[in-house]
Amino acid sequence: MQLIACPWCGQREETEFHYGGQAHIAYPEDPYALDDEQWAQYVFFRDNPKGPFAERWVHSAGCRRWFNALRDTVTHEFLAVYTGATPPSTTSTAPAAPQRKGQEASR
Amino acid sequence: MNAPFRADGHGHVDRDITLSFTFDGTAYTGHRGDTLASALLASGVHHVADSIKYRRPRGILTAGVEEPNALVQIEAPFPEPMLTSTTVELYEGLVARGLSGQGRLSSEPDSARYDTVHAHCDVLVVGAGPAGLAATLTAARSGARVILVDELPLPGGSLLGSQERLDGAPSAAWVSDVVAELDTLPDVRVLRRTTAFGHYDDGLVLALEKRTDHLGAAAPEHVSRQRIWRIRAQQVVFATGAYERPVAFDDNDRPGIMLAGSARTYLNRFGVLPGRRAVVFTTNDSAYPAALELADAGVRIAAVVDAREEVPAHWRAACDERGIDVRAGHVVTGTSGIERVSRAHVAAFGQGRPGERQGIDCDLLLVSGGWNPAVALFSQARGALRYDAAIGAFVPAQALACVRTAGAAGGNFTLAGCLADGADAAARALSALGRTGGPVALPATDPLPDAAPGRVLWRVPSPRDGADGSHQFVDLQRDALVSDVLRATGAGLRSVEHVKRYTTIGTAHDQGRTSGVMTSGIIAEALGVDVADMGTMRLRPPAVPVPFAAFAGRNRGELFDPVRVTSLHPWHVEHGALFEDVGQWKRPWYYPRAGETMDEAVLRECRAARTGVALMDGSTLGKINVQGPDAGVLLDRLYTNMMSTLKVGRVRYGVMCGVDGMAIDDGTVIRVAEQEYLLTTTTGNAARILEWMEEWLQTEWPDLRVHLTSVTEHWATIPLVGPRSRDVLALVAPELDVDNEAFPFMSWRDTPVAGIPARVCRISFSGELAYEVNVPAWDAITVWKALIAAGDSFGITPYGTETMHVLRAEKAYPIIGQDTDGTVTPQDLGMSWVVSKKKPDFVGKRSFAREENQRGDRKQLVGLLPADERTLLPEGAQIIATSDIPAPPVPMLGHVTSSYRSDALQRTFALALVRSGTQRIGETLYVPLDGQTVAVTVTEPVLFDKEGARRDG
Repeated sequence: MQLIACPWCGQREETEFHYGGQAHIAYPEDPYALDDEQWAQYVFFRDNPKGPFAERWVHSAGCRRWFNALRDTVTHEFLAVYTGATPPSTTSTAPAAPQRKGQEASR
Repeated sequence: MNAPFRADGHGHVDRDITLSFTFDGTAYTGHRGDTLASALLASGVHHVADSIKYRRPRGILTAGVEEPNALVQIEAPFPEPMLTSTTVELYEGLVARGLSGQGRLSSEPDSARYDTVHAHCDVLVVGAGPAGLAATLTAARSGARVILVDELPLPGGSLLGSQERLDGAPSAAWVSDVVAELDTLPDVRVLRRTTAFGHYDDGLVLALEKRTDHLGAAAPEHVSRQRIWRIRAQQVVFATGAYERPVAFDDNDRPGIMLAGSARTYLNRFGVLPGRRAVVFTTNDSAYPAALELADAGVRIAAVVDAREEVPAHWRAACDERGIDVRAGHVVTGTSGIERVSRAHVAAFGQGRPGERQGIDCDLLLVSGGWNPAVALFSQARGALRYDAAIGAFVPAQALACVRTAGAAGGNFTLAGCLADGADAAARALSALGRTGGPVALPATDPLPDAAPGRVLWRVPSPRDGADGSHQFVDLQRDALVSDVLRATGAGLRSVEHVKRYTTIGTAHDQGRTSGVMTSGIIAEALGVDVADMGTMRLRPPAVPVPFAAFAGRNRGELFDPVRVTSLHPWHVEHGALFEDVGQWKRPWYYPRAGETMDEAVLRECRAARTGVALMDGSTLGKINVQGPDAGVLLDRLYTNMMSTLKVGRVRYGVMCGVDGMAIDDGTVIRVAEQEYLLTTTTGNAARILEWMEEWLQTEWPDLRVHLTSVTEHWATIPLVGPRSRDVLALVAPELDVDNEAFPFMSWRDTPVAGIPARVCRISFSGELAYEVNVPAWDAITVWKALIAAGDSFGITPYGTETMHVLRAEKAYPIIGQDTDGTVTPQDLGMSWVVSKKKPDFVGKRSFAREENQRGDRKQLVGLLPADERTLLPEGAQIIATSDIPAPPVPMLGHVTSSYRSDALQRTFALALVRSGTQRIGETLYVPLDGQTVAVTVTEPVLFDKEGARRDG
């Protein structure tokens, strides 16, 4: 059982948290400007990298607040937790920002 | 003479305390401090059980947790299967019998307590042998919070099983000094009889403490029998020692064949001689002190058979001194014996093939094939291992950031080395914590000549012609042979994991402690590859068997899962309600009267609601208070319909969808004030919807000034339903104008009810004239009783969830999660009217326009009327187009989601999701049931009061 460092509460056991999928997938600015394929990319498709991955987590059994984390999907190690829009630049292993059809509008 | 094999002057057992026990129906005695195995050996009993597959007699191979053979079933005082006799501490009145691999669970409930403790420390040390004690002392003296766990009742580990001296005195003196000092330190906890069995991420180690097992029937009832320790450590030092490994040879499984180090332990820890006349077969130095100590205690050592060509001179000299025949370059090729080994077959081992054999009579054959570091715990949390060819075993490749090994667990097999390594591991752990510990003076060890390298030998080839290893046992518990391994490699298996699963080697209770590395060696030999490339079996928790009862701890029976009850629960119990579990809630299901069946009770409750007045406890509805200037904006974005236009004093029904457009919840929203709403959710969905709303608020629209709070348990909710509900309400709410014009449908009023400040809503989940009385939970019982009293002359009837379901289904009000399954849109439910056309966007809206969601052949909610009005369709039943069931695959049109008997319709009916359902209204479809099909007519979903004439009374 891992410890996860909630940005507000500090290290807590992982059972206190819920996973929220890939981070930095913004709700499209204008969903109606997207065709079905582009909208489906937003709704259904997510990256599945081997290595560092920017994810959302929520401290559901604690402060109930959402935050982002950079986690290595091979070792499960949390490389960073953060609340900003991008992973901290101090991390040398920051992944390329996900760029997919249907998302440009949201940036 | 009950214990003829007890050796005077040896061992830590308390000979003043004699304990009686029974094994396989025979009475024996032993002493406090014995294990069941040591007490049996003291009485000369070696044959403990027969093997699981070949029913061969089996004895006691080891003195500890690695025992593959000597399984027992405890019959009294606590029935418990599958225990190793080498780890069962003897107690008065113990009744046990040998097991052939399979035990029998007790048929009586276990009345003992079990519990769990969470503990935190700076440094956790596992193992109280020389390395562990040196590590603990070093860490403890620095002032760190330290926990030391050890599986034995006495500290000392391997020191208990040897005659090695520290500072020129028996090692017990040093051990007791160390433990006495640890006992004085307030931040040090020493846990005895505690086995670490699981090692997880971030320094989490789970250990099982056996607190009262050793007391037998004298165990106090108020003390938990076993306890799981969940220890979160900043730094972990595994000083877990090493397990001796055997060598495979023909008939290497007879009782009386024992690992050399274990025999040494029986002598030194228990004062037991495991035989009178022994042959010692070794590949390394470690068997010599065992042979010498046993010889000095009176065991006749018939021969030491050393597979190495060269025997170190000092060991040969020590043997010569005692007249022990040492045969270098020889091996044991096989054994004779029936119930017990009677002869070892010894032969010269020249060019990898044994020469002519010679028999040596013995009643004990001691074997040492070298030592495997106990790396299971280290490697469980991804500690990498590497093969060390010098010792023929796997050792930790390198320490992890917060985990290290010390002593024999790291391949360091000398006493001086273990002590130094333990202190060093602790110093490194302290340094990683930013602490400094002063050096700890370690005790001096007896001077020892340099150890000579051992010979790595996995198996002795059989001297028999054409032998295929079919008499050479690898995993004694699984009765798996060398020939089984060779059959696996012959079948093309190349991975040790595949061979493990093919042969079942290493899958028994002992986790292959004596067989795993040997298997890697035999496979590597067979395939002609290096053991280092072959690797070893992945080691997973739990490292030792842990009873489910211990894992469960206090979470049994009523403590297994929290039970949530409403403030009206005692009234329901008092009035004979049967309860239904909804999530963690207990909800009244129905209130049967004397002699009533469930069907009769539900029909009566339904009739009361449709013709008179009835009430229920709806307090479990999820309730979320939404406050802030942007509350309306948030709700507009999350509900499919408009909430910001709702006027204070009014109520609106709403549906929420996921971004995929599928309905995820529904409920009512009331506008409490300009900047405050109160919304309700499905009972089982309350927490999920609050999280869902928070997720959007926090991650997508943090600019919105809104706060969300669960108020589910603050409010009790009492639906008051039926044509006479207005009359009843008027009696208890004198200040309320209950006239339909003054208090219209979908509005709410704050008014005293039975003198209690209440919020009354005109909401109907039945289609009848109905109210929902909300009061603070504390006052619910007062209001409930007042309603019952006021309704008495109208025949007011309490009803439960079953009646609620019938009433709502007659009106086709869906239950999200019962009539939907995450693939159903509001349109599929026939509720296009709840989807706003005015709002530019809301969660789910874009998906409604997807081609997939526009298809005419989606499944839609319809009603079903079975041709026979008495037939009750099972919920979940499939729906097909033909009266005969075609050959598979059968085309499925949908399934029944809700099905009830209706008092109002005087027949059964169902709701169903059916492909192209709305276009099939009037069609006849079929439901397979009990090997036949039932004809059903597809109808509009609303089956009762289609025009909605009843809601205003």
